[in-house]
Amino acid sequence: MGQLFGHATQRMDRYGDDSGSIVQTRVTNVINQVLNWGRANSVWYLLFGLACCAIELMQTGGPRGDLERFGSAPRPSPRSSDLIIVAGTLTYKMALRVKRLYDQMSEPKYVISMGSCSNCGGLFQYAYSVCKGVDQIIPVDVYVPGCPPRPEALLEGLLKIQEQIKSERYLQERYGIA
Amino acid sequence: MKQQEIFERLHAKHGGAVTDFQAGAKDPWCKVDPARLVEVCRTLRDDPELDMKFLENLTGVDYPKTNEIAVVYHFTSYGKRHDFCMKAMLDREDPSVETLSGLWQCARYNERECYDLLGVIFEGHPDLRRVLLPDDWEGYPLRKDFTEKDDYHGIPTVRPNPIDLFAIKAKGKA
Repeated sequence: MGQLFGHATQRMDRYGDDSGSIVQTRVTNVINQVLNWGRANSVWYLLFGLACCAIELMQTGGPRGDLERFGSAPRPSPRSSDLIIVAGTLTYKMALRVKRLYDQMSEPKYVISMGSCSNCGGLFQYAYSVCKGVDQIIPVDVYVPGCPPRPEALLEGLLKIQEQIKSERYLQERYGIA
Repeated sequence: MKQQEIFERLHAKHGGAVTDFQAGAKDPWCKVDPARLVEVCRTLRDDPELDMKFLENLTGVDYPKTNEIAVVYHFTSYGKRHDFCMKAMLDREDPSVETLSGLWQCARYNERECYDLLGVIFEGHPDLRRVLLPDDWEGYPLRKDFTEKDDYHGIPTVRPNPIDLFAIKAKGKA
């Protein structure tokens, strides 16, 4: 069971002593772990690219990177996505659209900022038309550095998102169950 | 045909409408009177010896020192395999010139871009609005005196320097 839910031993601190052990005494922990296991392995991301980082995003989804082996499939609509990967230079004109896309996503939602441009404006941060970092409009969970990042780096970013999902106590945070 | 010959041919027909031929420039060019631009361009296009069927490029340059905005036209002839460059010098306070979209359809997008970034008004243009920047953008960013606003729709236009942030954090800890 510990193997099945992954990283369980690392999360002993947060869950208390009975998490990750084979004998579970609290049913909410079991439900949490099952929920997190399912959510972490089905992080559907919005098919959305802005600039050259989107080419690396395609490579990551391609046969060598193969993002889908981690259960991540591209979705055409923000309403059915869990994750938005902001890949590329974000202009002010686009920033308002990104904000709207993010608002259309349903909770829980996660954001990866991919590449220097969306991290801080990057190469174009002194340009009049470029937004200086996507974190100025939406909250970012994982920053992936690079210009553009290698597919392996983006995969690492996705694994970080999965770790974050697995460490959440969604029942308690969302429904207030003790 | 050499650029010098093209200029002389235009000068013979239109006189003072084309002046100041710069033969020594890397890309030889001449000034054109903005008020007579369209008739000069019609000659360029329709004269069988000139045969400029293609408006290759239309851009603008800001010269704040002389208080001018230049609209730069590049013409190319596929048939004669020659090209030519003209600049129309406009007043920087109120830059406006007649549109070339009646002669070359491709001028429409180029003129919209020039309007978008430099604020040149092209009179008679069928659809003169911004093309690259958002519709509610204020100012013309390729003018030398353009200053960025503090925010755009609540998005700040500056980001603190991370090295400065480290210094502030280090001070807070000490």
